Amino acid sequence: MPSALPDGEPMPEDGALPGHALAGAAGRPLGFYLHVPYCATRCGYCDFNTYTASELRGSGGALASRDNYADTLVAEIRLARKVLGDDPRPVETVFVGGGTPTLLPAADLGRMLAAIREEFGLAPGAEITTEANPESVDPRYLSELRAGGFNRVSFGMQSARQHVLKILDRTHTPGRPEACVAEARAAGFDHVNLDLIYGTPGESDDDWRASLDAALGAGPDHISAYALIVEEGTQLARRIRRGEVPMTDDDVHADRYLIADERLAAAGFTWYEVSNWATTEAARCRHNELYWTGADWWGAGPGAHSHVGGVRWWNVKHPGAYAQALTEGRSPGAGRELLADEDRRVERILLELRLSEGCPLDLLAPAGARAAERALGEGLLEAGPYEEGRAVLTLRGRLLADAVVRDLVD
Amino acid sequence: MPATPTNVPEPSRTDPALLRNFCIIAHIDHGKSTLADRMLQLTGVVDQRQMRAQYLDRMDIERERGITIKSQAVRLPWAPSEGEEASGTTHILNMIDTPGHVDFTYEVSRSLAACEGCVLLVDAAQGIEAQTLANLYLAMENDLTIIPVLNKIDLPAAQPEKFAAELANLVGCEPEDVLRVSAKTGVGVPELLDKVVREVPAPVGVKDAPARAMIFDSVYDAYRGVVTYVKVVDGTLSKRERIKMMSTGAAHELLEIGTNSPEMKSADGLSVGEVGYLITGVKDVRQSKVGDTITQLSKGAEVPLGGYKDPKPMVFSGLYPLDGSDYPELRDALDKLQLNDAALVYEPETSAALGFGFRVGFLGLLHLEVIRERLEREFGLDLIATAPNVVYRVEMEDGAEHEVTNPSEFPTGKIDKVHEPVVRATVLAPSEFIGAIMELCQNRRGNLLGMDYLSEDRVEIRYTLPLAEVVFDFFDQLKSKTRGYASLDYEPTGEQAADLVKVDILLHGDKVDAFSAITHKDKAYAYGVRLVAKLRELIPRQSFEVPIQAAIGSRVIARETVRAIRKDVLAKCYGGDISRKRKLLEKQKEGKKRMKMVGSVEVPQDAFIAVLSSDSDGDAKAKK
Repeated sequence: MPSALPDGEPMPEDGALPGHALAGAAGRPLGFYLHVPYCATRCGYCDFNTYTASELRGSGGALASRDNYADTLVAEIRLARKVLGDDPRPVETVFVGGGTPTLLPAADLGRMLAAIREEFGLAPGAEITTEANPESVDPRYLSELRAGGFNRVSFGMQSARQHVLKILDRTHTPGRPEACVAEARAAGFDHVNLDLIYGTPGESDDDWRASLDAALGAGPDHISAYALIVEEGTQLARRIRRGEVPMTDDDVHADRYLIADERLAAAGFTWYEVSNWATTEAARCRHNELYWTGADWWGAGPGAHSHVGGVRWWNVKHPGAYAQALTEGRSPGAGRELLADEDRRVERILLELRLSEGCPLDLLAPAGARAAERALGEGLLEAGPYEEGRAVLTLRGRLLADAVVRDLVD
Repeated sequence: MPATPTNVPEPSRTDPALLRNFCIIAHIDHGKSTLADRMLQLTGVVDQRQMRAQYLDRMDIERERGITIKSQAVRLPWAPSEGEEASGTTHILNMIDTPGHVDFTYEVSRSLAACEGCVLLVDAAQGIEAQTLANLYLAMENDLTIIPVLNKIDLPAAQPEKFAAELANLVGCEPEDVLRVSAKTGVGVPELLDKVVREVPAPVGVKDAPARAMIFDSVYDAYRGVVTYVKVVDGTLSKRERIKMMSTGAAHELLEIGTNSPEMKSADGLSVGEVGYLITGVKDVRQSKVGDTITQLSKGAEVPLGGYKDPKPMVFSGLYPLDGSDYPELRDALDKLQLNDAALVYEPETSAALGFGFRVGFLGLLHLEVIRERLEREFGLDLIATAPNVVYRVEMEDGAEHEVTNPSEFPTGKIDKVHEPVVRATVLAPSEFIGAIMELCQNRRGNLLGMDYLSEDRVEIRYTLPLAEVVFDFFDQLKSKTRGYASLDYEPTGEQAADLVKVDILLHGDKVDAFSAITHKDKAYAYGVRLVAKLRELIPRQSFEVPIQAAIGSRVIARETVRAIRKDVLAKCYGGDISRKRKLLEKQKEGKKRMKMVGSVEVPQDAFIAVLSSDSDGDAKAKK
């Protein structure tokens, strides 16, 4: 979750939603995202809303402490229950992200989940994921998580190469993430993901192949691979500006993506979103699919974003301010936007086009439809699905997805 | 000394023997306007309280740039206090302000034709400049009495001895005859006025002949219509009279006639030798053209005064609104400017790359720059101007002939000869720069005509140059090669046949009309390579490879490629990214609107501006 909040209108104090937001809710799945804004150290490339102990010292006092964070977050889950009123939907997916969720005791994560179960109930077969750092978990911790109801875990592996991990400020040693996968399997997790990053300054094509091979060798059922984005304001951006490390060229990113898709496909993984591959349909991350298909989710925690029925809102960023609001019985929402029909249409195109299912052509206006025809001619859209009325990106099209979206929303 | 109201001769009843018509020839910044201000004060026509700097320059742009575009005439009463004329008799001095720039040489020549004498005003710290010298020669050709004056003698950097010698040498007088004044402090200005009375001859005309009045300026005024400035050479023009423009035969009624002191003041008429203004109710300066002769409608003169010429545009540029929907506003603005500018011509044109606009003809680069700036400032328009070009005459083998004012209209087929306009250019500079100047002129296909030393270390170099080479950043180059010391003047002297070709620029195989240029064969390659390289920097990568080519006809002379973009996707798009991403998309859509589609290639507006302006920022801007 990038740290900069969008502009929007103010959020009502009680967090109430406009009446229309819940219209037709029964037909949409509901999920929960729980943000844990703590890290042991700040990685040089990261601009997420997360804080180290030293960053929080003196800037939020006891309120921002991670010792009672679970209680604060549970308070927001209770608020969600109030705001959603008699919405009868059980929760389909829960995703705990950060930050480093596994900096909290497994019992804390379990308590948050329990609160959701109490207030909303979990749907049968609900997907319950947490992110984890390879260096902050062990078999016991993983077993506790599993016992607490988690059934999917996502490890931040990033790379199998020491020199790449060093540029990224990742503290784990090569080999540790692969071991984590085995430990998670042993603890009874059905689904395990590894996150990889490519295009880090200093990484070679061979380094990247080695990382992919190491990840595949560990036997996860899901892999996310992201091009490194150098965000303004990060340590890495400063180092690049000072010329200490080289900036990676876009063409190199393109090459690495092609390498990834080839290696992953050969190992039986299929892409289902631009940066996500899974072994089976069941192995896909259902929670992320909520984001991409216009479903409802409540994001709890500082800086977390939510969406319910065309209303997007986001919480205050700082853990101290966040806790303060909840302590005083106020919504921690900082701002929101009510999507107009055209906004929702544009969002559908920009999100669904990234998926292997693509977006329906009848969503396009005449100019967008003409652009789709051109994109087909340029080999950016698949011919087969196009015949059946869907815009689905080709491999080359995936690399140019944003450009295609710009044309198709016309 | 200032005249008292009682003894000032009235217009239409002034003895020609008491008239002195003079102008001031000076370079920009040499203090002409300040000197005019002092004269207005000394003669009492403007009192201290009303005085503002550069009283006579009316347009903002004029005052801001310190240049005078439009001339005016002011009637100044002056009773000399010394010499033979020190009788206390009040004389009438008509000070005719002349435009200072090379583009307006014709207007200068008409202003000079209205005078019998001129003050040659030169900065005592800088010496004479090329344009001043050119105007001095014009004045000499018109047999004007020259009064050489050094200004700014109060400056620490002034070298009055050196430049007095230079002026004396040019004018043919003794260095001690060169007056020394400070227009700023007023020192020497009364003596100058006395000298004007003493040395400038009174006008000689035939009092009882049919009226012949020469138009030396014509200004559109939103409230009064066109105000025409004239010198009555023969006879008398009276108010309420019916008059005739001799070039067209058009008849008008004299609604008002009078003089400026310096505000307009109506009178019964203007008599032989007098200078003043008249208003006929016409709304367009093209109906009252500089150089034309006015006479009475009945029993008027048969023979017009000599020297009339239609203004002829020398430099053309395409003007396009940045936002295509501003086209009607641009047309209205040009219509309005034309009311006051008989030399401005334009016609609609369409560019595949730039949309709807106008091909506009100008007298020169300053004229272009002034018009463009007025369109942007007074009318709030954002414009793209194509690189300025000259007019070519193309003879085909089949005998057909084309006049080309837009490079993209250069004919295809068998061309026999291409003719281009040439100018006679005069450069004045310190002699240490002779080598650099000659190298530049040689590079620009110049022919050396001659060289003279004005003084020990200042030289005048004369060249014949193609006008196209002059409008193409020549002045910038000249200034930079001479550390700003050189000055330039040029006048059209006809045309020459030359080995010229059209270079086209193709983007992804499509010709971009706005980038077509006509150049000499020997320079086509360099032009093509330069432009193609520049465009490669400016055109963003597209989803396909974009070749950029320069070609003469079907022969490609330069090529660059914008590689296809391979990656344009943000890796992550999760819950918190969606709002941000949609907003970014909206912003990118806005950016896309500022792109021009050339065939299938998106070209940023900025690319057009960058490519076109680098070539058009020559002469005019450097003279700011």
